Amino acid sequence: MLNFSSALTRAAATAAVGAGLVWGSAAFAADTIKVGILHSLSGTMAISETTLKDVMLMLIEEQNKAGGLLGKKLEAVVVDPASNWPLFAEKARELISKDKVSATFGCWTSVSRKSVLPVFEELKSPLFYPVQYEGEESSEYVYYTGAAPNQQAIPAVDYLMAEGEVKRWVLAGTDYVYPRTTNKILKAYLMSKGVAEADIMINYTPFGHSDWQTIVASIKKFAGAGKKTAVVSTINGDANVPFYKELANQGIKAEDIPVVAFSVGEEELAGIDTKPLVGHLAAWNYFQSVDNEDNAAFVEKWKAFTKNPKRVSNDPMEAHVIGFKMWVKAVEKAGTTDADAVGKAIIGISVPNLSGGIATMMPNHHLTKPVLIGEVQEDGQFEIVWQTPGTVVGDAWSDYLPGSKDLISDWRAPMSCGNFNVKTGKCGGQGK
Amino acid sequence: MNLSLKSLLTAAWIVLALAVSPALAADAPALVQALGAKSFNQKIEAIKQLATSGEPQAVGVLKALAARKLYLRKSDKSVVLARKSGKQYALSRPLTGEDLGKAPKSALKKIGLNNKMRRAIKAALGAMTLLSPSEEVRAKAAAAVFKSRDPDTLEALDAALAKETKPALKIALSEARAAVILNMEAAEADRLAAIAVLKARGDRDALSVLKSVAAGKGAPATAAAEAIRDIETWLAFWSAGQNIFYGLSLGSVLLLAAIGLAITFGVMGVINMAHGEMIMIGAYVTFAVQELIRSSAPGLFDYSLFIALPLAFLLAAIVGMAIEQGVIRFLYGRPLETLLATWGVSLILQQAVRSLFGPTNREVGNPGWMSGYFELGEITLTYNRVYIMLFAFAVLALLFLVLRRTPLGLQMRAVTQNRPMAGSMGIRTGWVDALTFGLGSGIAGIAGVALSQIDNVSPNLGQSYIIDSFMVVVFGGVGNLWGTLVGAMTLGVANKFLEPYAGAVMGKILVLVFIILFIQKRPRGLFALKGRAVEA
Repeated sequence: MLNFSSALTRAAATAAVGAGLVWGSAAFAADTIKVGILHSLSGTMAISETTLKDVMLMLIEEQNKAGGLLGKKLEAVVVDPASNWPLFAEKARELISKDKVSATFGCWTSVSRKSVLPVFEELKSPLFYPVQYEGEESSEYVYYTGAAPNQQAIPAVDYLMAEGEVKRWVLAGTDYVYPRTTNKILKAYLMSKGVAEADIMINYTPFGHSDWQTIVASIKKFAGAGKKTAVVSTINGDANVPFYKELANQGIKAEDIPVVAFSVGEEELAGIDTKPLVGHLAAWNYFQSVDNEDNAAFVEKWKAFTKNPKRVSNDPMEAHVIGFKMWVKAVEKAGTTDADAVGKAIIGISVPNLSGGIATMMPNHHLTKPVLIGEVQEDGQFEIVWQTPGTVVGDAWSDYLPGSKDLISDWRAPMSCGNFNVKTGKCGGQGK
Repeated sequence: MNLSLKSLLTAAWIVLALAVSPALAADAPALVQALGAKSFNQKIEAIKQLATSGEPQAVGVLKALAARKLYLRKSDKSVVLARKSGKQYALSRPLTGEDLGKAPKSALKKIGLNNKMRRAIKAALGAMTLLSPSEEVRAKAAAAVFKSRDPDTLEALDAALAKETKPALKIALSEARAAVILNMEAAEADRLAAIAVLKARGDRDALSVLKSVAAGKGAPATAAAEAIRDIETWLAFWSAGQNIFYGLSLGSVLLLAAIGLAITFGVMGVINMAHGEMIMIGAYVTFAVQELIRSSAPGLFDYSLFIALPLAFLLAAIVGMAIEQGVIRFLYGRPLETLLATWGVSLILQQAVRSLFGPTNREVGNPGWMSGYFELGEITLTYNRVYIMLFAFAVLALLFLVLRRTPLGLQMRAVTQNRPMAGSMGIRTGWVDALTFGLGSGIAGIAGVALSQIDNVSPNLGQSYIIDSFMVVVFGGVGNLWGTLVGAMTLGVANKFLEPYAGAVMGKILVLVFIILFIQKRPRGLFALKGRAVEA
């Protein structure tokens, strides 16, 4: 049974968004390949996810202009799960069973991904998930085109240790699964590097937390112990703006206490005056400021598509670009959109990414990605100050957590297992 | 080619200059050129040498570097100073100011900075400006040296101390000197003296320095440990005061968000789920006003909030009255239907704003007088919080005035206390209902102007306040403005005292549990209305 509030949200979402979101369904009704887009267009997450819907529409339009796929046109099916986690599962089921989509691109928060996971596994349909996440998961039908912790969090901490000479760490996050798991991994990693437990402070805040005075003051206090201190922020969504405003207002400068964020990109900075924040850091696999021709062309196209010259691009958008290109290539290689055939074909497929390298789909359904560290600039963009020499292979199971360090994931036959335990030699180790 | 040969030579010279030692001090132009090196460490080395080179223009060059005005000219890889002039950049040589003509942006590459470099620049500028004629610059320099604790600055510090006449600056300089001494090899007596100086300073920065000393051995370490204990007791005392201020500040935000609801829900009894959206409308009005000012009259930016206030009040009041006339007045006495209808209205308003302004956050700037902070003892007070606190009280006072001293207030109270009687006295009750609802909504609108200064301006802004607002009004006692005030402040302070111990998440839960228990005991809240009106 539906609970009260989700019924309300659903009714409201239907009323507000309406049925008119099946884009261009009349245009090529006869023989099309349908692509599902499962991103929240209303509610808390609309701020981040609407952009991803737009970028998917742009990619599909472009593919159709270039002749479609397997001689057919692509058709986008957009649904609005309204930032409501159970609704994600319902909408996913609707996309696969009713609309018969061949692939779905969607989700942002880990909780929404966890909510749709059983649906995609049961109905055997591929999902491309574009956001950096906490790892500890590998599903046969999910392709993780965002970063795993070893492609974002760990290199960022390494950078601060080496370049910033940081000795004391504040791990601040929003209270849900991604920050909690990431911080667990980071804590284990830092302690393996000889950081004392007393030099690590972990702090969680609720979603949308807006009064940061006490926490910023306690960070200041923690930093006053004679050792260089940095904040590793897994604060998500709306809470970031008041957090950075408070940092700026209390006069915390990046030279004194740098904040490195894993969920703050160009899009999030668009709502903040970044002048007092120059020098704070973010770790991603892509920045809009990446200097190469592919990226310049992409940004240009994106601005033209959205008809907004100020529109910014960000990392999850690039993940969708890569994921979509890979899916197209895999479908062409397999000659069909059948999920299992595409699943076989997609492993090993390489496409150029937008940061000037190559992304390859690994057998564990994660990608190879470069890791970039950028500093916030006055214009709301990031300036890249460090990057890994090559690309890093995404690791589904962290090597720093006791439960997961013996697990590997390989979806090629004959193993075909998302959590193979190398110690016991069996599929289905700890974790899920 | 002549040019590339020259740059090759320069490059070779820099490598040589850097590789050999500071003793062979490289000449200033080569050092400036080294600022354009690839590696950050080479650049930092160049900054340090430039600072000690005695070059009179070094301060200007480093300032230009910090302000991101130094560029690498792509054609000959030389470091140039660039100023935007029209569509192009006017170039000049950093040390001599020699004019190098103009170049488009594509011919230049900004010299990269990182935090380590920013620190190095600040430290270098600090050491070089200790003898500046301006008091303000000298104070800044002393603070910069205190932070950098660079042993190389000791000589400059001693020279500055000997010359300094202002007592306050003398203290600042001797504190900086103490911090430097504790960062280098020095006689034990000197170190102990330095510890005493820092103990007298007694703030968090001093604590930070002392803690690094206490980690060592010998008499200085024990003396430092003792000083740390003293300072920490002192700071604990201040931190209680800080919690009270933060609590009152959170309370004033809650108060602002809840005042409007205290009218619509408290006085009229309408469960208005769209209350948060009135706050959101206020915030978007602020955004629109600032956007207009930015494009047409940038000089007015500091007054943008004052311009936004009446507009936000009017717009939110009009929207509120439209909701009252269009929806709510048909539902009086049916709380569940009102709840559902207003919830629907709130979603419609959110989606409307989302389609109009887009789903992403909008930037609302802080006017100059609202940014920054000042220190009261060891408490950091940010200006925006202080002003919001004052503003919340002002709004509350104004509302009291309206309710108690104006004919409208009198009619409002009459209608809510006994509708049929008020009606028979000739009061147009329907009209008064609309005005009351408009007043409540308008106040929510001006709360939005204030909250836009500390929170996101996004379509979800209102949602985050609606629960808190109801909590405050119910806790304080429905229908009583004093209750709203005391309720908001109590919840704010309780929250802030719990937060350091229980964490932000647990703190919120505890406060909620407390309210639930309290409502069990006193269903009418802190300040219950008494008398026959309550039963009606």
